[in-house]
Amino acid sequence: MTSFAEAVSDGRVVAWRNLKRIPRIPELAIFAILQSIMFVVLFAFVFGGAIPLPGGGSYKEYLMPGIYIQTLAFASITTAIGMADDMNKGLIDRFRSLPMARSAVLSGRTSADVVYNAGILVVLMLSGLVVGWRVHGTVGDFVLAIVLMLMFTFAMAWIGVLLGLLVKTVENAQQLGFLVIFPLTFVSSAFVPVETLPSVLKPIAEWNPVSALVSATRDLFGNPNPYPPDSWPGEHALPLSFAWIIGLLAVFAPLAVRRYRSIER
Amino acid sequence: MATFADVAAIETEGLVKVYRSGGDEVRALDGVDLEVQEGTVLGLLGPNGAGKTTTVRILATLLRADAGRATVAGLDVVRDAQAVRRVIGLSGQYAAVDENLTGRENLWMFGRLYRLSSADARRRADELLGQFALEDAADRVAKTYSGGMRRRLDLAGALVGRPRLLVLDEPTTGLDPRGRLGMWDVIRDQVREGTTLLLTTQYLEEADALADDIAVVDHGRIIARGTSDQLKAQVGGERIEVVVRDPGDLRHAVATLAPNGDGTCDRHTRRVTVAARGGAQELVEVVRRLGEARIEVDDVGLRRPTLDDVFLTLTGHVAENGSAGENDEEDEDEPDEELAA
Repeated sequence: MTSFAEAVSDGRVVAWRNLKRIPRIPELAIFAILQSIMFVVLFAFVFGGAIPLPGGGSYKEYLMPGIYIQTLAFASITTAIGMADDMNKGLIDRFRSLPMARSAVLSGRTSADVVYNAGILVVLMLSGLVVGWRVHGTVGDFVLAIVLMLMFTFAMAWIGVLLGLLVKTVENAQQLGFLVIFPLTFVSSAFVPVETLPSVLKPIAEWNPVSALVSATRDLFGNPNPYPPDSWPGEHALPLSFAWIIGLLAVFAPLAVRRYRSIER
Repeated sequence: MATFADVAAIETEGLVKVYRSGGDEVRALDGVDLEVQEGTVLGLLGPNGAGKTTTVRILATLLRADAGRATVAGLDVVRDAQAVRRVIGLSGQYAAVDENLTGRENLWMFGRLYRLSSADARRRADELLGQFALEDAADRVAKTYSGGMRRRLDLAGALVGRPRLLVLDEPTTGLDPRGRLGMWDVIRDQVREGTTLLLTTQYLEEADALADDIAVVDHGRIIARGTSDQLKAQVGGERIEVVVRDPGDLRHAVATLAPNGDGTCDRHTRRVTVAARGGAQELVEVVRRLGEARIEVDDVGLRRPTLDDVFLTLTGHVAENGSAGENDEEDEDEPDEELAA
């Protein structure tokens, strides 16, 4: 076997291991879904009435893509926790003492996360349909939106891996994860139109990768997507999303690999 | 030309590892030289923070030394790290198994990562589960295992790749006495099959029970090396101890047993201690002479020095955890944390 084929094979074994545990710790997936449904209820039925959309349209349809992207972003905290847990339990040491491909522990984790989050996404989209979210775009656009979201979750998983490798405990992984991901998802167009934000936050929210992803998927699903007039990021959400995903991967995957290689505890 | 058999299983030269945090420096290893021949068992014996785990981690390619070099089966642990990983099996202080996988799945996974085919990995897993008495628990997730079972599974994981060198870092720390004896049995079985073993332990008894050869580590250095008997001999060999019934007989007893003046007595415990150069035969002689002198005794015995005595003689401190100023930097050798986990 070539070393690339070996790396893929090892990565698949690690991915298998990460997927195997999902049905065995069902509370992980259940809490992830419940948390998102809580946000749906909170925004669709509690705050939603007070959030007028410029140009009109259904707030629930506006909201759901935001919920999807938020959930996928939050999933990186789960990744970080899992990584920190493996470090603390000595499992990473075990892997590092095996003659396996060095990349496999990380690639196996991040690819398993894509599969896992794809499942979460299906459940969330079904919940979305229940509360009144609809897809108005073409099948091609729908598929493109799904691909985009899965690529995003892959990129976010690498951020999670890096966070998990940087912290010392599972609790720290959780705290640091929230510190990074919470503002990332809330200072964005996920829940409120960017126009309603104070001028200090507006440019941040406009250029935020979460906003780009949310806008792009809204457009692809044919959901309302108001953005300020003459907003470049608003008008180019799709290419910007791809650029963000590639950019995040280009930065965080090498950082995570470098961190993994230099673990010395 | 060096043949295979000439290559030592482990060879280290002047290993140094310094941990820095803030302005503090802790020399975890301060020049460790080791040589272990194929097919032998070396016990690295020392208190917490002595440098045992650091040595093991360097040999297992998990940690880089700041100075010095180390080879395993002739392979450099830095330059040929991946090749080293193919010939070693490591089982650490923490039972490093995936607790959400079953015992069988864990072993299968390790087999696959040693590049066995799926079928071979399954066969090897079955073999090891049988060998380690884990068949009944094979399809339960490891989370439900007892401490002893987890350690056995962890050890089985280290053996999946049929390693030439097995490295066990405190294999029984945190186990109850029964679990410890169970681990000793499975380790002895491995040794009987000819596996070279490097074992670290803070239990003197454990090194005595399992190792051919013991290296005593303290403050990042090897301070003594030899068989258990050789180390004990350094402390002065065997002694005969007699406890007399009547304290008034003490002087008489010393004069009788050690006319040359090399006996000692302790009034408080009514104990007379003399060197026993002739071993058990001399014990018979002592009993006969005590009888002739009509000295009544409560206890007579031949006492061999324990490794505790060895440690005390070599280091000036008892082999207990945490001599001052060390063992805080790293997570090394901390059974408390281990128990809490």
